[in-house]
Order: sequence, then structure tokens, then C-alpha cells
Amino acid sequence: MMRVIVKLFALYRDLAGTAEVSLELAAGATVADLGREMRRRLPRLPREPYPLVVAVNQEYVDDEHLLHDGDEVALIPPVSGGGR
Amino acid sequence: MILLTEEELNPEALTEKVRHTSNGAVVTFLGTTRDHSEGRAVRYLEYEAYAPMAERELKRIAAQVQQRWGIRHLAIAHRFGRLEVGEVSLVVAVGSEHRAEGFAACQYVVDRIKEAVPIWKKEVFEDGEVWVGMEGQPQTIQGERGRP
Repeated sequence: MMRVIVKLFALYRDLAGTAEVSLELAAGATVADLGREMRRRLPRLPREPYPLVVAVNQEYVDDEHLLHDGDEVALIPPVSGGGR
Repeated sequence: MILLTEEELNPEALTEKVRHTSNGAVVTFLGTTRDHSEGRAVRYLEYEAYAPMAERELKRIAAQVQQRWGIRHLAIAHRFGRLEVGEVSLVVAVGSEHRAEGFAACQYVVDRIKEAVPIWKKEVFEDGEVWVGMEGQPQTIQGERGRP
């Protein structure tokens, strides 16, 4: 088993009611596994984007990225954009 | 230089930082907070940053600009926290040898910030609030802080 911290921001944090979740995952878990577990725990998370945009140790990663014990994970909600 | 701060930004000082005798042009962009959004009057805004990652992404953008257009003088300053309407949330200042690459680099930086840098903006209205970029989603839980 391994433990990671998942940071939540903006709308995700508002919906979850917390800025941080500590997650225990099986060894060999990927970001996809984490995404599924986060959606299970926080059913209010918006359906889009799917899959969730995730950063590990402050770098964007894709769904297949392997997680390690102690990783700092963040769910990245869509960034503002704004009209051009 | 890269700056992420809750303090009021100083566009003139940041512009001055990219002036150099090797530069024939300085292009400065200011992102300012509008008083309306989607037909609603904005009371104030809140910017939230995942600060360590935002700084890394800003540095990455600066490196890309250096590589692509040879820009050696660049200042990016993003403010976070509560901003009143009419304040400056973002300053991008580019010093370049000629104006073409200055304009191009400045636009690129601004566009990339809005795509990739983990900084989020919340608009607060009289009757609700919304996180920009997530407008389609229910914004609040348990009816707190106004209806979406």
C-alpha cells in the first residue's frame, strides 16, 4: 500500500469541502486509479473534464502515470481561459 | 523574472525591468479585472493559485519564449487573492530587439498562462459566484453563498 496527498483547488475544493485528501492506494496504482477513487469519494466532482487533469509533484501527468508513496497529487480544474 | 504575489502589482516597475539598450521594443500586457461578466455585474474577484506549480509553469513558459523568439528580457507577474474591479491581475512585459517578436512573445505568454498555469479566477456577483472555466457546473453546495 502507499499513501499520497491529493490537493484540491477552486471549484473542486468548494465541492469537496476540503483542500486536501489523504489517499491510500495499492502499490502500482496509476493516476487513472486515483481518478476513479477520487470520483467515488467525491461524487459531486464535475463529469467533465474526463479524465481529470492531474499533476503529480507539480508536473502535469497523463492517466498511465505510476504513483509512488508520498507523491503530492493535485486535481487541476479547468483554468480560466477568458475570452480573447 | 517571475512573480506570484498577493500584493498590488506595479506595471511601470515591471516594464522598466525589461528595458535594455539591446532592445528596440518593449511590449507590456496588463490583465485587468472587468466590472461585468456574461451580463452580470461583478462585485469583486478572487484568484487562487497552486503556487509552487504555477511558478514552475511560468518559468517553463519563459524558457519557451526565450527559445522560440530569442527573448532575453521578460517579466511575468500574477496577483492572487481578492481583487477589486478595475485592478491589475497580470502583467507581462517583454523586451525584444524588434517589435514583431515582442508582440508575438507577449501574446504567446498570455495565452499559455490561461491554458496551462494553475491559477483560477472566481467572479463574485450580487447573487452568486462562479469559477471561470467551470460555469456549466453547480458552483455551491447546500445553498451556501448564493445560488449559481
